[in-house]
Amino acid sequence: MSQSDGFVSQFADLFDQYDVIGAFWVNIQLTLWSALFALILGTILALFRISPIPSLRWAGTSYVNIFRNTPLTIIMAFLTLGVWAQLHVTLSSDFNKNFFRLAVVGLSVYTASFVCESIRSGVNTVPIGQAEAARSIGLSFLPAARLIILPQAFRGAIAPLGSTLIALTKNSTVASVVGVATETSSLLKTMIEFNSSLMVAIFLTFALGYVILVIPVGLATTSLSRRLAVKR
Amino acid sequence: MSTQNVLFDAPGPRGRRTIMIGNVVGVLVVLGILAIVVRGFAENGQFAADLWTPFLHADAWTNFLLPGLLNTLKAAAISIVLALAFGLVFGLGRLASSRTVRWVSSVVVEFFRAVPVLLMMIFFFYLFAVYNVFQSEYVPLAAVVVSLMLYNGAVVAELVRSGVHGLPRGQREAALAVGLSSGQSLRTVEVPQALSAMLPALLSQLVVVLKDSALGYVIGYLELLQQARHLGAADGNILQSLLVAAVIFIIVNYLLTVVAGRVRRRRRPAGGGQGAIAVTTAVATDVGVTPITGLGEGGRI
Repeated sequence: MSQSDGFVSQFADLFDQYDVIGAFWVNIQLTLWSALFALILGTILALFRISPIPSLRWAGTSYVNIFRNTPLTIIMAFLTLGVWAQLHVTLSSDFNKNFFRLAVVGLSVYTASFVCESIRSGVNTVPIGQAEAARSIGLSFLPAARLIILPQAFRGAIAPLGSTLIALTKNSTVASVVGVATETSSLLKTMIEFNSSLMVAIFLTFALGYVILVIPVGLATTSLSRRLAVKR
Repeated sequence: MSTQNVLFDAPGPRGRRTIMIGNVVGVLVVLGILAIVVRGFAENGQFAADLWTPFLHADAWTNFLLPGLLNTLKAAAISIVLALAFGLVFGLGRLASSRTVRWVSSVVVEFFRAVPVLLMMIFFFYLFAVYNVFQSEYVPLAAVVVSLMLYNGAVVAELVRSGVHGLPRGQREAALAVGLSSGQSLRTVEVPQALSAMLPALLSQLVVVLKDSALGYVIGYLELLQQARHLGAADGNILQSLLVAAVIFIIVNYLLTVVAGRVRRRRRPAGGGQGAIAVTTAVATDVGVTPITGLGEGGRI
């Protein structure tokens, strides 16, 4: 009895000592900012890849092939060891804010290639007749894309975009490679290092946090994609 | 592919002119971005010859990059094999007739799909190190392999499940009709078909494994990224060696993607019967799979 008491109180002490919720909040912020920028960049890239202009198509394809095949860890290490330390690019005079922004850049740049592919797979769900009809009433590429293709493509792309968002949430832990020291993987490391007897409980707490974060996103995007699916 | 011919007409004279102007503008924008990068490099002296020449010497490759690549490939190869075994066990578990087995398998699969691989790596690293599970030199490799096995195994389990669900119902009905039990039908009739249909998806997953093995950098596994960093520290050209490591990763992964695409395309016409086609699309498309918790494909990134 006393032993389990000891465990519980030790475990409770850990939460007083370390800001676990705060660490998750850092990851959520990283995820939200990166999701926003990745969505913008990814949509532009998808437009490039379906556009009639060869140079833009080529640029979009190269971007996706490069960043989809590079490990996120290398991008993050490059941002801090190369871009920041060697090329002296700083995004904020505040040390921590600078790392945070660099991490957002890395996550956005990496995730944008997956957003682009998701939207392209959404475009593939749009029947040919829609594009043909748009053309036959005289819409040129951009108006057809804006008014006819993309609205349907986004609805078809919700499921893969949801998967991308889930992956982004988990990938936000790699921000520790850039130097964001307040997020979950860094905190997990510190907590385990100093309390190795409780490591299983500590790990399960963090893991559960991610399960709680990720599963609602999955459920929401699945039901959204079902509800918004274009009835055909 | 078809979308490109469909979204716009074959251009007339005016369309061709607009496209040409757009083309020139596009090229200029890309060149402009490249110019900014080049100027950034030049201003910081990153084009100095002695920063790049080390890669022309054999010892940069034999001492650092090739052993690193070898370790990356080793970790990825062990992980994908173990992940396949893990995925088969729990994929079958999710299809089992016993409710308890199904439930336990589902919890295991969904749990490992939701936890970031990096957190698993850090945890297993300390777990193996503190409790002396492996000899100390193998601890980082073991942590990398176990984490990758658990995450990718969970993904493979989903592939197995969706592959079996994508089969025509007649397959199972025929197996039951000739007197096989439900489990026998699963093992001898359904899963083998699902497995051959998921080969391209498995190859794509190998790209994910290769990329994620770079996370071993965080726990000190001597994979390509770590070795590139050591090389950069030795020669004072960290930026260049990271770029070279990235290029190696891109080449390997791109080749894998191409092979996966080829396998996928070859399977489609060769499948012949409707069933095989249905399986391929059910497993291979990035959209189709929606397991019960709604994790989608669990973000196979």
